[in-house]
Amino acid sequence: MSRIQESVIIRTVVRIMVPFIELFALYVIIHGAGGPGGGFQGGVIFGAAIILYAMIYGIAEGKKRVSDALDRILASTGLTIYAGTGLLCILFGGMFLQYGAVPLIPDDPAKVSKYLIDLVEIGIGTTVAAVMISLFFDVSPPESEEGELPDYEGAD
Amino acid sequence: MNKLALFVVVITGLMLIYAGQDLPPFGDPDTAMYQHNMTQYFIENSESESGVSNIVTALLANYRGYDTLGETTVIFTAGMAVMLLLRRRER
Amino acid sequence: MTGILDVVYAEYNYWIYVALMMIGFYAMIAKKNLIKKVIGANIFQTAIFLFYVSLADITGGTAPILPHVHGGEHVEHAADVIYTNPVPHCLILTAIVVSVSTTAVALALIIRIYNEYGSLDEDVILAARKSLQPEFSEYARQKSVDEVSRQ
Repeated sequence: MSRIQESVIIRTVVRIMVPFIELFALYVIIHGAGGPGGGFQGGVIFGAAIILYAMIYGIAEGKKRVSDALDRILASTGLTIYAGTGLLCILFGGMFLQYGAVPLIPDDPAKVSKYLIDLVEIGIGTTVAAVMISLFFDVSPPESEEGELPDYEGAD
Repeated sequence: MNKLALFVVVITGLMLIYAGQDLPPFGDPDTAMYQHNMTQYFIENSESESGVSNIVTALLANYRGYDTLGETTVIFTAGMAVMLLLRRRER
Repeated sequence: MTGILDVVYAEYNYWIYVALMMIGFYAMIAKKNLIKKVIGANIFQTAIFLFYVSLADITGGTAPILPHVHGGEHVEHAADVIYTNPVPHCLILTAIVVSVSTTAVALALIIRIYNEYGSLDEDVILAARKSLQPEFSEYARQKSVDEVSRQ
């Protein structure tokens, strides 16, 4: 347990901030259609929230929240949502990823396209967030060396 | 200080500077790139065609949707590759 | 009066990117440490991203996000607002993701190399590889050929 991880201030602030960072990530993903944002950016912010939690509370605690199996499932789910949206358009007689072909709202292909782009962004965000978390857990030290990170001088 | 590397870097930099003289000035709206029909088409028609007011998102998810699918596959594959490379010690 | 200084000033962004790119290039080819090579590659990529994004910039232009249309009232925006070029932004969004992916895979490979050879230095790794697997070394192969012919 390093000194940074023991600090009450940092632990409390992280515990309070993580839900808000996740909420902001979801806002950025959904806002990709109407403003600055998108799946990649929001996914990275979501992954950063979980990584922040795992850095302060320990890798084991982080893996309890987002397990390796969940990571893998989420990463493939996002990609499946994207490819599935494309195939859905083929199913309704359009081309691959031709969103306007899906008759979700009659006579307004632009609006259907907007909602399906949102769906695609959610798929991208899921994959990116899961991959970022999985990258962090992969490069983190193995379980036996958990909490033996070096104490940095003047860290407190 | 590697002298050969420095020599290569300086020569490449000079070549790039020589080539860069023909590039348009910073912030110039009269470039062929901006006045091209394609760019103007995207700015004018992306909202009516895809219903998204962010033109970059419309380009990314609609006009270049296939490319973005490949991009998502790239990041997924990178995640899986790192997993395969580093998780061997668990068994 | 268009002197050389005017040209230098009007295109100053390109010279900065050339300098940044060459810093990354030098780190890639001259440094022996593998992590430093990856850092050099990242600096190189960042220079290219900045180059593309600066090509997209228009003086007085705003971000390529159209104002929200509420209900049926259409805002006349296309004529009086200048938008920066959205196409390079989109290209660079793709390139950033690919850059992150390649960096992740490169760092994972470096971790494996470090576990295997105990060093990040290129020369040490090559020397260890030669001693472990002499068939990979052209010099060692030549030496063994010479020894055989001498016998």
